[in-house]
Amino acid sequence: MVTSVNLCGIRLENPVVPASGTFGFGLEAASLFDLNILGGISLKGSTSEARFGNECPRIAECPDGMLNSVGLQNPGIDVLVGEKLPALRKVFKGCIIANVSGFSVEEYAQCCSRAAAAPEVDIIEVNISCPNVHGGGLAFGTSPKAAADVTKAVKEVSGGKAVFIKLSPNVTDITEIARACEDAGADGLTLINTILGLRIDMARRKSVLANKYGGFSGRAVLPIALRMVNQVAHCCSIPIMGCGGVSCAADVVEMTMAGATVVQIGAENLRNPMVCKEIVEELPLVMEHLRIDDINEIRACI
Amino acid sequence: MKQGNYRTIFNRRIADQYFQMRLEGDCSAFSRGGQFVDIAIDGFFLRRPLAVREWDSCSFDVIYKTVGKGTEALSLITPGTVLNVLTGLGNGFDPYSCKDAALLISGGLGVSPLFSLAKELVRTGKKVSLIAGFNKASEIILENEYRELGVNLHIVTMDGSAGTRGLVTDAIAALKPEFDYFYTCGPKLMMKAVCTSLTVPGEASLEERMGCGCGICYGCTCHTVKGPARVCADGPVFKKEDIIW
Repeated sequence: MVTSVNLCGIRLENPVVPASGTFGFGLEAASLFDLNILGGISLKGSTSEARFGNECPRIAECPDGMLNSVGLQNPGIDVLVGEKLPALRKVFKGCIIANVSGFSVEEYAQCCSRAAAAPEVDIIEVNISCPNVHGGGLAFGTSPKAAADVTKAVKEVSGGKAVFIKLSPNVTDITEIARACEDAGADGLTLINTILGLRIDMARRKSVLANKYGGFSGRAVLPIALRMVNQVAHCCSIPIMGCGGVSCAADVVEMTMAGATVVQIGAENLRNPMVCKEIVEELPLVMEHLRIDDINEIRACI
Repeated sequence: MKQGNYRTIFNRRIADQYFQMRLEGDCSAFSRGGQFVDIAIDGFFLRRPLAVREWDSCSFDVIYKTVGKGTEALSLITPGTVLNVLTGLGNGFDPYSCKDAALLISGGLGVSPLFSLAKELVRTGKKVSLIAGFNKASEIILENEYRELGVNLHIVTMDGSAGTRGLVTDAIAALKPEFDYFYTCGPKLMMKAVCTSLTVPGEASLEERMGCGCGICYGCTCHTVKGPARVCADGPVFKKEDIIW
């Protein structure tokens, strides 16, 4: 049985990758299980300068999901490159995906350039879809032109490393943005980031989150993610890291059928930090049950 | 930290909205009083983080207040029910920071996570005093347990229905207990008043709405003089001088 996948020339033992922002910088989870069973790890998003992020509360529970408004808390790209990446590479042999963000095209390029120069980084994931910071992130992910501008700028400094653009679902037509990124030279696409949402503390007549709105993720978004991955898979020819609501090995198979090469697991890590390990172990059993010999045979089959 | 399945031994009301739940299973991840567990409840996406009152080799208990749908659902769990729990979370209080005499200051439910610390301090020969604040007499919990431990307990209530009427800071000023280190757990404003008014060193257990409870999501970050810190993994206990209120 084949569970390994090829992502832009990089072999991953399996398609299971914890999503950016739900697995820290990898090392935080190293005491939970042997990270080497994972196909790869997408690290917490980094910006050029250190950021505290938004004030707390940053988390609000919802039926079958949650809102977060962490707001890109990170120690800055220098700490990522100087400390986090070398420390993770010591214990992890799989695909390391550096996730970068910014507030201007120049900052995106600067972060991408630093990440690309780090020998530990296999793939760069560019977040143009964070809903929790003002003046950055999402602003680039909702306009085809801005998305293309960022893609071109980061590709120029990526030193030949594969660049994935992480897309927002908070748009009218995700295929329009996806095509703009592909035309601008993106090597792949990650989708979907969180869906902008709101919960209200009715007794206080205030938002539960200090930042008012937050990104909704969790099991409830799976059908939306599957639909968007499928739409993009049929309009673009570059590989997709599918993300959104995946909570078990069957969901990994479903996301692959929708069109994903790699499947990222996000919010589920927060309710069960062992879930990626469980999915990797369960995947061959689910494939056997569905009579799938090679995970690569079912991709975008619908 | 460990993840495992734990069997409910009992889950009972001990005061107004307060419940005590004891769970049986692997307790090897616990090392200090003030640590917490994160309990998965059927029908809820996120786990519920609850401070541990006490543990032994094969069981532990938590005391919680029903404040929302999650804790209300938890209060309906019956003995024998198996729950998935992350155990041994957080750093806990440092019992070795106290030389001879410790002052414990709690507000409401904050009296619970201080219990294992008090036990350890008593075991190592320290003089332990506790000033425990509650809203009213019907919310008083763990009074007998602390007295049996030999802790010098002073109760204050907001409405004067038991003990001295007033705030814990009033009681500290009136009683003038002798101590070289303090530990506090309770409402944020109470802990801030305690930490900013006492001149001796000490530590406080912070609370924040959490995502993962184990340090991977950065959902519960607070400000400290050493930079951003995760309440769940870098805390919940912080040295007084490190906290930015």
